[in-house]
Amino acid sequence: MRARDIPFSAWIGIFGIAIAFLAAVFAPLLAPYGETEIVGSVWEPMGGAFFFGTDNLGRDILSRLIYGARTTLFVALAATVISFSLGIFLSFTAAVSRGIIDLTFSRFNDLMMSIPTLIFALVVLAVLPQNLLILILVMAVLDSTRVYRLGRAVALDVAVMEFVEAARLRGEGKMWIIFREILPNTLSPLLAEFGLRFAFAILFLSTLSFLGLGIQPPSADWGGMVKDNKDGIIFGISAALVPGTAIAVIAVCVNLVVDWLLRRTSSLKGGRGDA
Amino acid sequence: MTQSTETGKTSGLRFKERNPLLALILERLGLSAILLLAVSVLIFCGVEALPGDFATTYLGQSATPQAVANIRADLGLDRPLFTRYFDWLGGALQGDFGTSWASRNSVSEQIGNRLGNSLFLAFCAAAISIPLAILLGMVAVHYRNRFADRLINVVSLAAISLPEFFIGYLLILLFAVNLGVATFPATVHEGMSITQRLSAIALPTATLVLIVLAYMMRMTRAAILSVMSSAYMETAELKGVGAFRAIIKHAAPNAIAPIVNVVALNLAYLVVGVVVVEVVFVYPGMGQYMVDAVTVRDMPVVQACGLIFAAVYILLNMLADIIAIVANPRLRHPR
Amino acid sequence: MPELLSVKNLKIEATSYPPGEPPKRVTLVDGVSFDLQKGKVLGLIGESGAGKSTIGLSALAYGRGGAEITGGEVLLDGSDILKLGKSGIRSVRGARVCYVAQSAAAAFNPSHRLGDQVVEASLHHGLMTAEEARKRANYLFRVLGLPNPDTFGDRYPHQVSGGQLQRAMTAMALCPNPELIVFDEPTTALDVTTQIDVLAAIKHAIEETHTAALYITHDLAVVAQISDDIMVLRHGKTVEYGTAQQIIEAPQEEYTRALVNVRQAQRSEAADQSIPQLTVENVTAGYPNGFKVLFDVSLHVPKGQTLAIVGESGSGKSTLARVITGLLPPLAGNVIFDGKPLPPALKDRSRDELRRIQLIYQMADTAMNPRQTVRDIIGRPLTFYFGLRGEAKTARVKELLEEIEMGTGFIDRYPAELSGGQKQRVAIARALAAKPELILCDEPTSALDPLVAEGILKLLMRLQEETQVSYMFITHDIAIVRAIADSVAVMHRGRLVRFGPKSKVLSPPFDDYTDLLLKSVPEMELGWLEKVLTTRRMESAGN
Repeated sequence: MRARDIPFSAWIGIFGIAIAFLAAVFAPLLAPYGETEIVGSVWEPMGGAFFFGTDNLGRDILSRLIYGARTTLFVALAATVISFSLGIFLSFTAAVSRGIIDLTFSRFNDLMMSIPTLIFALVVLAVLPQNLLILILVMAVLDSTRVYRLGRAVALDVAVMEFVEAARLRGEGKMWIIFREILPNTLSPLLAEFGLRFAFAILFLSTLSFLGLGIQPPSADWGGMVKDNKDGIIFGISAALVPGTAIAVIAVCVNLVVDWLLRRTSSLKGGRGDA
Repeated sequence: MTQSTETGKTSGLRFKERNPLLALILERLGLSAILLLAVSVLIFCGVEALPGDFATTYLGQSATPQAVANIRADLGLDRPLFTRYFDWLGGALQGDFGTSWASRNSVSEQIGNRLGNSLFLAFCAAAISIPLAILLGMVAVHYRNRFADRLINVVSLAAISLPEFFIGYLLILLFAVNLGVATFPATVHEGMSITQRLSAIALPTATLVLIVLAYMMRMTRAAILSVMSSAYMETAELKGVGAFRAIIKHAAPNAIAPIVNVVALNLAYLVVGVVVVEVVFVYPGMGQYMVDAVTVRDMPVVQACGLIFAAVYILLNMLADIIAIVANPRLRHPR
Repeated sequence: MPELLSVKNLKIEATSYPPGEPPKRVTLVDGVSFDLQKGKVLGLIGESGAGKSTIGLSALAYGRGGAEITGGEVLLDGSDILKLGKSGIRSVRGARVCYVAQSAAAAFNPSHRLGDQVVEASLHHGLMTAEEARKRANYLFRVLGLPNPDTFGDRYPHQVSGGQLQRAMTAMALCPNPELIVFDEPTTALDVTTQIDVLAAIKHAIEETHTAALYITHDLAVVAQISDDIMVLRHGKTVEYGTAQQIIEAPQEEYTRALVNVRQAQRSEAADQSIPQLTVENVTAGYPNGFKVLFDVSLHVPKGQTLAIVGESGSGKSTLARVITGLLPPLAGNVIFDGKPLPPALKDRSRDELRRIQLIYQMADTAMNPRQTVRDIIGRPLTFYFGLRGEAKTARVKELLEEIEMGTGFIDRYPAELSGGQKQRVAIARALAAKPELILCDEPTSALDPLVAEGILKLLMRLQEETQVSYMFITHDIAIVRAIADSVAVMHRGRLVRFGPKSKVLSPPFDDYTDLLLKSVPEMELGWLEKVLTTRRMESAGN
């Protein structure tokens, strides 16, 4: 993979993601004020002393945005990594084992998927205590159902190919078949799916926080910041739109990279000549 | 389904061969019923099995053990799980979801009005977004890989990346605050005329349409593209049939099933979207009711809303599957 | 006599989008010219990618998948159809020129009745009334030998067989009384016994209606039966153009000569066939749902020799291979290898038992992991069975590459960077790497162009002489059987109908099925089809 093969749109995406992650890692160095520090009066306008103005309690929005990147990206990334590991492990096991294991996993997955994710999350979060770990786990488990479905489809696609049969006829074991024959041929679609799930996790976390069920105050996170400042909208104060824009921009950036990965996958398929 | 098991496997097979269409539809109906039952178990028992005690949460950490025991008895939480589940399910089937812990009112009464409001909102959004998505999908396919297609692609990619509430507030700021052409919040009450209602929900509907449209359009485009690139469309073209006629006569009958499928898939976004949009616009629907209940951990309301949302979603998917089955000529005209 | 169709200096180009490279212009057809008179048939022949379908579609002023006609003229009755506007072209298509596609199953719309689709063009162009069109359709169904011609049109495409669909497609093309029909490989997807019926029906219908035709195929023997003139194409250019007689009996160009002679190789069978390498005893096999595919099959592969298994699709020949490899354990019967019974299921076989039987697939494309290099593909059996690593492994891989006549330069290539023939060679090397005693070859040449296939067959024969490996060669092509087999098994609907030394199996007295099969294979001879049809008519009259 050479740098010049990456299209311009994907470069924009990579650039945006890099900035967000840098902000998250170096938040204490970059933020002009503290995360929960009250530095001015309520809803001061943009510009002047505060680049993005202040929020409903008089905290610096830019600082909270930078600290918020930490929480938002960390929680979304953690949830995606867990959901991905879980989904891929279960789906590949199902696809290679077939029979009763496949049937049990798949039926249960269908059941989980028959309830819209947000509704399911609302029901579960109504009961469970509110803390970060549980939030991440709930997001991960619910999202892993989607990963499972894709993983199983992709693995089955490859598992019925003749080169996998050839490996079985040679006498290769299950692990060789999963890791040496199937996995290398599924990396591209899975990588694209990882990006897609990550973008979805950011949006989902923000939605939960916006509904008051995600990250709990006073920690800053982008969805929660929209909730804090939403009442200003009626007075024409756009403070709530700043974190909203941040969410949108990072999601667009991830989607731009995913779009390129997906196109690369399909063109690779064309190149292989197995229509 | 029970009939075929009673009369033996052979006659069941024969029935399936003779009426594959009817057999498949019955199978789908049966599956949906089983799925609904399983979902009700998941929502009820899953919630009960999770850690966290309602009574303690309800009274707060400082409550005396006696008070906790009282409230448990009061809410019926001291009875066995099975009894409570079947009581609950039996009630739910008759439209009785018990009493709200928070307000002490009947849940069903509260839901009655709100469900109507939510369905009205979702219906309006669907009525606009589905034809629009199909139209835009066709435009994108017609100008495939040209400017119009690329533009639609980029705009829809951006729309997918916007959180629901962000679109909502953007519209409020623009149309209600700056231009003053729409109302906020979107309050509706009984005795409003239909035009008043429609103007009240203009902004929430627009938000929902924007949320669903992008997904639906992208998937419709893919579905239509696969139909349009099939060999029988080439046959029509080589018969000298014009593009418009070929689409109406040859593409449309085959595109119904995949498009219905796309629409059904996107109803999930509509259900989720309704919840968020109702909160944003302070609209008195199911979504708002459920979110409020979750915040105060009012379990009867949460369970009722969860079950109703899941049921609507499952039924719509079932309907889509049945339409796809009926649209399939292989099943409609068996060998 | 004036020309009906006159193509002059045709040039067709397309833009291709290779992954990771800038798009580039490719020329599909360059400088092709031909003439066709009323009621005559011109055969266009060539390998895949020769541009023959592209040329055929130019008669309808149509470019498939982005192909554009960028030069030359296509004169239909003296006027250039390329210069007509959109509506002008539409009035030609489906009225004056019609098209028969290779896959009728895909070309018919699954949602409409066959009859409605057959008459659509006639009605759309206002050529006849609904009543007239329906009558003509029924007449054509009868001419084409379709069952129940008066009600055939009420059926949907999925309700009739592949051979019937192909004939219905021909009826659809003939219905508007066109001046010219383009047949694009109309019998390629069919079994050989079905092909002859469809071919005869097409020939009869063309004669009956005096329609001119362009007949596109990769099979010279087929085109020889139906054409007045033949044009041989390669890489989008004309190789040779002349009357059918000229091309078949006195080909001028070397490429044409190779095409004509490609199936004339013969091999005399080995004398002693007594020591079996593999014996299949009374094998019955089927799938878990109770559907049986093989019934009581018994045969053997002689040591160091070749057993060819012939049969059409659905005859159970590939299932037999799956039983032998252990992928599908039989319901009854045994597989005996080198005197010892093999465990029926793959998982119960030892590594050495697996090593001794290797398999070569029909599609080399899907039989090799696209993410592995040639070194890994051929090297893995060396490591797996013999523990070879590092230098020793590389040396052996290079040796094997030399043996399959490819050269060591290919060692770090990926399958996508190889041609079809090269891929199949690598697959052969992978099988050889295990030092097997038996190789099951499942139609290894049927996806390849005739000249490439010939090379693969020669390679397999040479390897057998050098290593004394036995082959079980599955094929549907009698010519290949003649060329390579020592013994032959004929299969039909899951049963073994005939088995023995080649000389016995392929000479009379025949059973009914073998007789039908042998007589259905087109021969590279003018007038062969008429001869077969006459014999058939006489036989049925005699009965």
